[in-house]
Amino acid sequence: MTRGAGDLMDYRVTIGLETHVQLKTQTKIWCGCRNRFGQPPNTDVCPVCLGYPGTLPVLNRESVRLTVMAGLMLGCRINERSTFDRKSYFYPDMPKNYQISQYDEPLCLGGRLEIEVNGRKKSIGITRIHLEEDVGKSIHYEQSSGVDFNRAGTPLMEIVSEPEIESADEAFAYLTALKQVLLYGGISDCNLEEGNIRSDINCSVRPVEREELGTKIEIKNMNTFRGVHRSLVYEISRQINVLNDGGSISQETRRWNDETGVTEAMRTKEYAHDYRYFPEPDLMPVVLTREQIEGWRATIPELPGDRRARFVREYGLSEYDAGVLSADRNVADYYEEAARASGHFKAVSNWIMTDMLHAMSEGAIPIQEVKITPGALAGLIDLVDRQVINRPSAKRVFTILFEKGGNPADIVEQEGLSQVRDTESLETYIDEAITAHPQSVSDYRSGKKAALKFLVGQVMRLSKGKADPQMALEMLRERLDTG
Amino acid sequence: MMAQESSKNTRHIDVAYVAQLARMQLSDKEVPLFQDQLNHILHHVDTLMRLDVDDVEPTSHPFPGENVYRDDEPREGLAHEAAMKNAPKTRAGFYVVPKILE
Repeated sequence: MTRGAGDLMDYRVTIGLETHVQLKTQTKIWCGCRNRFGQPPNTDVCPVCLGYPGTLPVLNRESVRLTVMAGLMLGCRINERSTFDRKSYFYPDMPKNYQISQYDEPLCLGGRLEIEVNGRKKSIGITRIHLEEDVGKSIHYEQSSGVDFNRAGTPLMEIVSEPEIESADEAFAYLTALKQVLLYGGISDCNLEEGNIRSDINCSVRPVEREELGTKIEIKNMNTFRGVHRSLVYEISRQINVLNDGGSISQETRRWNDETGVTEAMRTKEYAHDYRYFPEPDLMPVVLTREQIEGWRATIPELPGDRRARFVREYGLSEYDAGVLSADRNVADYYEEAARASGHFKAVSNWIMTDMLHAMSEGAIPIQEVKITPGALAGLIDLVDRQVINRPSAKRVFTILFEKGGNPADIVEQEGLSQVRDTESLETYIDEAITAHPQSVSDYRSGKKAALKFLVGQVMRLSKGKADPQMALEMLRERLDTG
Repeated sequence: MMAQESSKNTRHIDVAYVAQLARMQLSDKEVPLFQDQLNHILHHVDTLMRLDVDDVEPTSHPFPGENVYRDDEPREGLAHEAAMKNAPKTRAGFYVVPKILE
């Protein structure tokens, strides 16, 4: 969608993403400190995650399961034997002066993620997924920096993509699809505001006719998908401009400045590392049995893409509606429960797609906290279907159910919203409307059909919105045509 | 980004460079002193390198073992005051360190 001066067509773009995902565990990866966000600084810490000498890490079992689950959902091979390594670096946010990571024997290898950009489907390869620890967080003062180690030791999974992403839009679609899968699997909360997902970008461009890849630029530590998209749009056109002007790209690490909307070269000192990986002597290898892996595989939920396809097939929904309803696992679960209770698949979809999602976003309420149960929504749809209430009344009942919960039939009763469908009562309203508006009656009889609609409106008004509009229309027409 | 940096020659260690990475200040006298000592150690490693170990599995642990886990259950950590007690400088609950990114 975003395109430079038309020059973009002469170049091919190659992008790879390294995505760090914080796992949804109770505790940190090597110690029993809580894994949570938003606590006062340095309150979820212990000698292990503060890197005190003489302490030993003990691997959190759940972090292994979650990483393997992510691998299985992305179609990876799971290494039956996997080991940890030390990655040496000296930085105040890393109290041990090394990060425990996985180097040559990660938990998961090879996989794929399906994406869709402008209706075109594409599959992006996953190179590997390894498990490591997150580092502390620093804030900067005038003359010094402050460090908070609450985040240090949070289980972190790094998902490395193949360099098969070819545009900013594809990068955005990749991250969106990845987030959906991880949310479906309950692997991470994927809360971007809390830094649950952070990506490093590798990006290069080359003239279409050239075989070998262009020089790679790295953009570090992107914490929003929109930032990834914007920085790539900028970086791709920057690189193409340099090449168009006869210049060359030198390999460097850049930082995205969200305020100015440009990437800036980082000084070499900021990223000069000499990691010197070596096997972590404090941790034993992880050996997984076939049975264990297959046992976990059996617990994989239906993937978002599969569910979308099934919604189209099973409930006759449009691709678009199925996509919206399956995007969030909780919304999808809600839809299915209500659809099964109701049997009116399309009507349930309409109510959720319009009234429900609208009310949820207005109140910033996740569907798990919505007061109207799937059964109540099905009940409401049934009342409309049996013509007990008309549409405007149904909207009122929905609003009440959304705010307070309860049983739709009771609310219809309490609010006196039952549709007036007995001919006797309707006749009374019709008599009243005709008497009050003789002009409309003669207008209709002289051929102005619109006058009939006006009279139906009068009947609705007199009945306080409870008359069945279709019945009122038919009875009025019959009366005026014959009378 | 991991492979290329780690495969550097391990037989020579540039003391001044490593000290800079490790944020250690060495005096002009200390650099050659430690360089010389490290070279001796590396020379010894060189002797070991001459051994034919093609058929030997690399040993990262002195004894066999695997799958040492803990369950994902919270445990009490350090009280904040205790965690900060030995810090040379603190501010609003943070450890204060020399400015990062120079």
